Amino acid sequence: MAPEPPLLSMSGITKSFPGVRALDGVDLDVQAGEVHCLLGQNGAGKSTLIKVLAGAHQPDDGVIRWRGEPVTLRSPIAAMRLGIATIYQELDLVEHLSVAENVHLGHEPTTTGFVVRGRAAKEATGRLLRRLGHPEIDPGRLVGELSAAQQQIVSMARALSHDVRLIVMDEPSAALDPDEVDNLFRIVGDLTADGVAVVYISHRLEEIRRIGDRVTVLKDGRAVAGGLPAKSTPTREVVALMTGRTVEYVFPERPAPPPGDRGTPVLQVRGLARDGEFEPLDLEVRAGEIVGLAGLVGSGRSEILETVYGARRPTAGQVLVDGRPLRPGSVRAAVRAGLGLAPEERKAQALLMLESVTRNVSVSSLSRFARAGWIDRGAERAAARAATRELSLRPDDPAVPVRTLSGGNQQKAVLARWLLRGCRVLLLDEPTRGVDVGARAELYAVVRRLADEGLAVLLVSSEVPEVLGLADRVLVLREGRVVHTAPAPALDEHRVLDLVMEGSPAS
Amino acid sequence: MTQHASPPRDSADTLAPAGRTPAWRGLWARADVRTLSLLGVLAALVVIGGVTKPDEFLDTRNLQLVLTQASVIGVVTVGMTFVITSGGIDLSVGAIVALASVWATTVATQEYGFGGILFTAVLVGLGCGLVNGLLIAYGGMVPFIATLAMLASARGLALQITDGRTQIVTVDGVLSLGERDSYVLGVPPLVLVFALVTILGWLVLNRTTFGRRTVAVGGNAEAARLAGIDVRRQRLYLYLLSGLCCGIAAFLLIVLSGSGQNTNGNLYELDAIAAAIIGGTLLSGGRGTITGSVLGVLIFTTITNIFALNNLQSDVQQIAKGAIIVAAVLVQRRTASTT
Repeated sequence: MAPEPPLLSMSGITKSFPGVRALDGVDLDVQAGEVHCLLGQNGAGKSTLIKVLAGAHQPDDGVIRWRGEPVTLRSPIAAMRLGIATIYQELDLVEHLSVAENVHLGHEPTTTGFVVRGRAAKEATGRLLRRLGHPEIDPGRLVGELSAAQQQIVSMARALSHDVRLIVMDEPSAALDPDEVDNLFRIVGDLTADGVAVVYISHRLEEIRRIGDRVTVLKDGRAVAGGLPAKSTPTREVVALMTGRTVEYVFPERPAPPPGDRGTPVLQVRGLARDGEFEPLDLEVRAGEIVGLAGLVGSGRSEILETVYGARRPTAGQVLVDGRPLRPGSVRAAVRAGLGLAPEERKAQALLMLESVTRNVSVSSLSRFARAGWIDRGAERAAARAATRELSLRPDDPAVPVRTLSGGNQQKAVLARWLLRGCRVLLLDEPTRGVDVGARAELYAVVRRLADEGLAVLLVSSEVPEVLGLADRVLVLREGRVVHTAPAPALDEHRVLDLVMEGSPAS
Repeated sequence: MTQHASPPRDSADTLAPAGRTPAWRGLWARADVRTLSLLGVLAALVVIGGVTKPDEFLDTRNLQLVLTQASVIGVVTVGMTFVITSGGIDLSVGAIVALASVWATTVATQEYGFGGILFTAVLVGLGCGLVNGLLIAYGGMVPFIATLAMLASARGLALQITDGRTQIVTVDGVLSLGERDSYVLGVPPLVLVFALVTILGWLVLNRTTFGRRTVAVGGNAEAARLAGIDVRRQRLYLYLLSGLCCGIAAFLLIVLSGSGQNTNGNLYELDAIAAAIIGGTLLSGGRGTITGSVLGVLIFTTITNIFALNNLQSDVQQIAKGAIIVAAVLVQRRTASTT
C-alpha cells in the first residue's frame, strides 16, 4: 500500500490574541477513520485550535493540509465545504425552529432555489436521526422542547447532513448520562467504520481510553505530545504531560498557624444544593481563611458560588453569615450581610463599562456617600481613591474609564468595590481569568493580604495550581459533588487532576 | 449601540479635576463636543428663522410660543430620558398625557377647581406609570410590549371618557396661567415649570443615588444586580417617574389649550424618544443626558415653528425630522469612535 497522506494535517499553527499567545506552533494530524483525542487543561488552547479548524479563527501562522493539499479555512462555510463539521460544547441551535429546520439551516432543500421543501427536509432528518439511533425524535418538534441530550443528537445530525469527512466534538459527553454516552460511542464507532475521522475533546480519561485511537496533549498553547496511543499510555504520563509547568506562579506565604484552625466560621454553607447543578454541599470559611474549590468546567463551581451569593435560588440548604441564615435567592440580603462576589465574567457581570473606575467602585456603597439620596461626590472620590490605592490599582487615577484598564486592574476595581463596602466574605470566581501571567502574582498577594486582614475568601478556579497555591483548604469537585477535602499543602496537582478526572482518589 | 462610546460627560465627573471646582468651571468642562454641536444646530436654526422670517420669528410672542410648545413635550422627554438611560422604553407617554388631560377636565373633576385638576392629572400619570412599572419590573414583561399595551388602553379609556368631545376648561385659575398677565418677566409659567423639571431632572440624574442606579441598571443590569442594587424596584420607580412627568405635561397642556381632548399627546412617544436620542442618550441604556434631551426638544420645536412660519406643510416637517435623527446619530457614532 502506498503511504496515504493524513486526512488532516495542521503544522506550526500559531494564534495570538491581545495579551495572550493561545496557540504556539501546534501540530496535529488526523487519519481517516480514527478517533483522535485532544487533551489539555482549561486554557491550554483546545478551543482555539478547534476554532481554527472550523474556520472560525484565522491562524497567524502555520499550514493546514487537507488530504495533502494546503488549504485556507477562511470561514466556517469553507471548512464545511471541505467536509469538516464541528459540534460545539455550547450547542448552537435555534430553539424556536424545528429539528428539521435546524438540521438544514443554511442549506435548506429547495425547489427552484426559493421554496423550502419542508417534507423533503423532514424525511432526510428522520433518516439521519434513525442512523444516530434516535428515531423517537420528531423532526417537526421545536428544538427548545428537547432535552439537552436530544439537542446534542440534533447537533450531530446537522453535522452529518453535510458530506462530512471529519467531525470535531467538543466535550460531547458533558451533558449526557451513561446510557446516552454509550449511544454516543456507538455512533462514533459507526462513523469511523465509514472512514470518517473524529476529533474528540474530553476531560474524562476513561472515555478517551474507551474510544480513542490516539491522543494529542496541549499545554499552554503547545502540543506537548502528539499521537500517543490512547489505550496504552499510562494515566500518570498523560497527567504529567498536562500539568508539567512552563510558567511558575509566585504565591504568597500562608500565615503560620493555619487560619482554619482558629476562630468561628464567618461563612457557613449547610446542605446547599441546586437540582441538576450540584449536590448538597457543606462548607465553612473562617476569618482570614482562603478556601478553594477545584474542579473542571461543568463541575458546578460557578453555580455553587452564585448560589451562595443569592444570585441563584437554592433548591435545598442554607447559607449563614456569622451564624445568621441569609434569605435564600437574594443578592441584596447577601450583600447586606457582608458578601461580595467577583464573578467569572467580569465585563458582563461586574463592570459598568461606560463608567469611570470611581463609579464602578462606589456602586455598591452609594448610600454611604449620600444624604437623602444626594451624593457627596468629594467623599465618593476620596473613598474610591483610597480603596484603589490600597490595591495598587494602575493607573492611579480613579477618574479614568474602567474599560481602559487591563484585566488585572479591572479585577482590582471589582475587589476595591467590596473593600469599600467593607465586605466580610469575598467570593472569587476565576479571579485570574483574562489576567496577564505577570499580573497574577500581584493579584494573589492582594487576595492573601485581604484574608490576613480578616476576610473570609471562597475561591473557585479551574486552574488547579492556582487553587493549590493560594488556598488554605481545598474542596475537590467532580460533577457537582465534593469528592475530596484536604489542606492545600497536603495535595498536589496530579492528585487533584486524578480526582477530578477519575472521580475516585487514585493511589 | 456604539461599542466604542466615549465616557459619559454630562453624567460623569471624568473630566473634572480632583477636588472642588467652581460650578461654572465644571459646567464649561462638561460642555463637550456633542452638547456644543447641538447648541450649534440650534443657533443655526435661529439664524435660518431670523433670515427667512425676520419679523415674525424673532418676535417676542413667537419665541414665547416656541418655548411654551416645547414645555409640554419637554417635560415628557425628561421622564423618557430616565427610562431610556435605564435601558427601557416608554411608548405610552402620549396616551398617558391624553388620559390624564381628559380625566382632569371632566365636569366632575373641574368642580374641585385648580387643585382638583392638577391633582387628578398627576395622579392619573402616576397610576399609569405604576401599572407600567409593575408589569415590567415584577411581571417580567418587555418594556416595549407593556407600554404598547398601556398606549392602546389609555387612549381607549380617554376616548371612552370624552366620547370624542373636547372638554372645555371653565376654571379661571387654570386658564389665567396661560394668559399674558401671569408671565413672569416675560416668561410664561409653563416654561418655568419646564425649566424647573429640567433642573430637577439634571440634578437627580447626575447627583443622586437614584440617578446613579438608573445609569448602572441601563449600563449593565446583571452587574447592577450582582452589585447589590434592587434592579426591579429601580425599574418600577423609573416608570413611575415617567408617568409623573406625563401627568405634569398633561396639566401644562390643559393650561395651554384650555381643554382636555382624547387626541392630546399624539405621537409624543416618538418625539420624546427622538429628542432623547439626538441629545445623546443611548437607546441601549447606560448613558443619559438631560441637557442633550432638552436641546433636542428645542431643536425639534424650533424646526416646526420655522416650517409653520414659512407655510411648509407638516409632511415636509416630518421628513426633515427624520433626516435630523439620522444625521445626529451618524455624527455621534463618528465623534464617539474618534475620541
